[in-house]
Amino acid sequence: MAAEYILEMKDITKKYGENTVLSNVSLKIRPGEIHALLGENGAGKSTLMNVLFGMPVIHETGGYSGEVFIDGEKTVIASPHDAMLKGIGMVHQEFMLLPGFTITENIKLNREITKPNIMSRIFGSKMESLDMGKMASDARTALDSVGMDISEYTMVQGLPVGYMQFVEIAREIDKKGVKILVFDEPTAVLTESEAAQLLKVMKGIAAKGIAIIFITHRLDEVISAADNITILRDGQFITSCPTSETNAVKLAEMMIGRSGGSGEFSLVTAKPREFSDDTPIALKVSHLVVDMPGEMVKDVSFEVHQGEIFGIGGLAGQGKIGVPNGIMGVYDAEGDVEFMGQKVKLNDARGVLESGMAMVSEDRRGVGLLLGESIEDNIVFNAMQVNGDYTKKFLCATQKDTKAIRKHAEDMIKELDIRCFSPLQHTGTLSGGNQQKVCIARALTMNPKLLFVSEPTRGIDIGAKKLVLETLVKLNRELGMTVVMVSSELMELRSICDNIAIVSEGTVVDVLPVDASDADFGLAMSGIKPERGGEAHGQA
Amino acid sequence: MDKSKVRNFARNNIVTIMFIVLCAVCMVFSGYTPSYVIYELFGRLSRNMFIVLSLIIPIVAGMGINFAITAGAMAAQIACLLVLEWKIPGIGGFALAALMTVPLATLFGWLIGKLFNKMKGQEMIGGLVIGYFANGLYQLLFLFVFDNIIPINNPDLTIKGSTGIANTMDLSKEYGFASALDGLWRLPFHRAVLVFAAVIAVILVVGYMRSHQKNAKKLGIQIAALAVVAVIAQLPPVKELFSMVNIPMITFGLVALLCLFNIVIMRTKLGQQFRAVGQNGTVANASGINVDHVRVIATIFSMVLAGWGQLIFVQNMGAFQTYGAHGQVGLYAGAAILVGGASVVRATNAQALLGCVLFHLLFILAPAAGKNLFGDAAIGEYFRVFLCYGVIAVALVMHAWSAKAGTKKRAAK
Repeated sequence: MAAEYILEMKDITKKYGENTVLSNVSLKIRPGEIHALLGENGAGKSTLMNVLFGMPVIHETGGYSGEVFIDGEKTVIASPHDAMLKGIGMVHQEFMLLPGFTITENIKLNREITKPNIMSRIFGSKMESLDMGKMASDARTALDSVGMDISEYTMVQGLPVGYMQFVEIAREIDKKGVKILVFDEPTAVLTESEAAQLLKVMKGIAAKGIAIIFITHRLDEVISAADNITILRDGQFITSCPTSETNAVKLAEMMIGRSGGSGEFSLVTAKPREFSDDTPIALKVSHLVVDMPGEMVKDVSFEVHQGEIFGIGGLAGQGKIGVPNGIMGVYDAEGDVEFMGQKVKLNDARGVLESGMAMVSEDRRGVGLLLGESIEDNIVFNAMQVNGDYTKKFLCATQKDTKAIRKHAEDMIKELDIRCFSPLQHTGTLSGGNQQKVCIARALTMNPKLLFVSEPTRGIDIGAKKLVLETLVKLNRELGMTVVMVSSELMELRSICDNIAIVSEGTVVDVLPVDASDADFGLAMSGIKPERGGEAHGQA
Repeated sequence: MDKSKVRNFARNNIVTIMFIVLCAVCMVFSGYTPSYVIYELFGRLSRNMFIVLSLIIPIVAGMGINFAITAGAMAAQIACLLVLEWKIPGIGGFALAALMTVPLATLFGWLIGKLFNKMKGQEMIGGLVIGYFANGLYQLLFLFVFDNIIPINNPDLTIKGSTGIANTMDLSKEYGFASALDGLWRLPFHRAVLVFAAVIAVILVVGYMRSHQKNAKKLGIQIAALAVVAVIAQLPPVKELFSMVNIPMITFGLVALLCLFNIVIMRTKLGQQFRAVGQNGTVANASGINVDHVRVIATIFSMVLAGWGQLIFVQNMGAFQTYGAHGQVGLYAGAAILVGGASVVRATNAQALLGCVLFHLLFILAPAAGKNLFGDAAIGEYFRVFLCYGVIAVALVMHAWSAKAGTKKRAAK
């Protein structure tokens, strides 16, 4: 054991084209240490891990600059397989397990213990038969070390998710010569007691001298398990410190932090307003459950006042996007939703549209637009289908009212500044920002009383972002339209919303006023209901 | 057993159950004697089982039914033509043809496997279309390349008064290898049962000796069952029923060997890779398995086996249509395995064998039943063709349906 650090990543910088996603990030880990890696979505955690694992996506986009030392030796990790050989293992967020295989077969996948037979002597080692007995005894050892007493011959199919997580860990432990294990959000799918068990197992593994990189957004787990913590934000290295010198509030603050007070934050500002209790309620959601893959909503309740701009924030995959999709009938939903005092029938997209709600989807190219159709047809499509606007009767057949459509489309193009050659241009050929404007135009054509906008600024440039946000504010202030905006970018929500609900793990953690502290938002995003005010400000 | 279990069983095996009922109905109306039906059935089984078994490996490897085995059959027919041209008779000719099929089918399997990798998830429809396309190349080869560029000196093989290969390939001439394999060793049914029972018993005992957990009770039951079957086959009424059947021992022996091979290979490292890739390509890839490579190997295996199957088929028939014999191979074999209860993601030897029996039973019975019921054999013929496609369609719909039900169930959890 020559080197002090088993893994040292020095000044890692990675650019995708002009876009710098990691700049001068360093990470140092000692053997037997649990090192937490913290950051919001897009902070650069995954990119850093991709560098560590030599993922093809890194090499295909021009590699990275900086140095990686393993056990004091400078190395270049060429591929995931290479990483495996060098002793770096990964416990995946989505389980990399085969349901139709037994636990043993999964643990030993592609590392089977074999013995020669007649066929293998002729056709080579691939035809060697499996030595199930030896494989099972290895699997047993690995399972014991993660504290699982389930039979190693059990099929993975039908195991509770918590068990699968442990099988996954057992597989990594079984690999000989593992020095560094990466846990990517391992507790996201676990129950509380399973999570506690997992942290215990992690400590056990670390005690054997294996270094652990622990990626999570649950700050309480970081505090209880990690020895050291590194925080990334917007691709920048923020800090690296021992856990004993910090606390959850400080961490939350550093994770969120304002990006230097410049740039995006000041794009658009709308003064937040307070709504008194007697303002009529526009939308009342209680105990909403939405089955949207990757964005499960488990139990969400909130109220939106008439004329409010209401924000829904939170980390990716926590369920915030499921909320509008569930209410609008895009994904299966259950629960009670009242709109303007009327009960809304769920799972009925047409009914919801007719009741006066409209949505600008986060998935512009998927469910938002008909890419092969013209701008004008896209703009009036829903209104035509649902309300029967822009149609005329001719010889018993309902026809498109081309003239009215053209006029309306031209108005919208002018108003929203959609950059195009003509209303007949196909939406597939527009830029992301202009596509987004077409989506908004379409939602507006429905004359909605309430507008959902889901990730309205995702993947569009700053100029377009500004215009989209300005449009939302204008609609709200001038037309009195109630807006519910879902976004991963907290800054954006804080710039135009009146109140912001933070969703974590499928439930609303808290509804915060826009001027709540960074620490409060950070804690809420990691699932801890903040005690408003005092404490956070005091320590910051 | 409670009701939902019965319903589940019926739903999962709807195709097989439908076929058993149909076969029973046709049996009643066909007017054939059971011993004739059995005679016909064994003849058809001996020439067809091998091809159907060749479909198992690609299904396990997650590529669905390999309809492109048509190309494997073409490889066999090319080998066949050359052996006839060189006039090598008997089992020697058959063995040479089988040997030459290997590199040809491997080449086709490699090419098609590469193509399959470019259209993951669409292998079945792709395989079907590749089969049609390959038929064009095959015609070019047999109508133009052979006899024009590669001279064919055997006048029986070429079109009289023109060039190209004749429409029918006759293997029953003195230089052909008709029945080369079947004729090696034939036994009446009751003796054949004795031989097979003895061989299986030996295999079971050897397996018992080598296994870690010596389950003597299981072995005893298995051997007793074998003995009962062997004794029943010796009873006079049973003997009478099977009196017309003469079992080609080597052919059925090869089928048994292939079944064994399908089992053994799944217990090797390669087999483990087939199964892993079949279940989830992403996971297999993450564990360092070269998914594309494994899929190509699976395709090659099935091509070579299908080629051998086609050779067994033509030597049994004694002649084949040069331009038609391979045409329906993929479709009929696919239908047969589905009839046995296999799905496009799961298949076993037993399903392949059962499917073969049911499918051919219907082929034998349907025309006669059609003639007796409607006064026209063509109507029975119509039904069996219609059923063949119907089975594939039903099996595919059932698969899509149960897959959807599966996701719903998981979501409900």
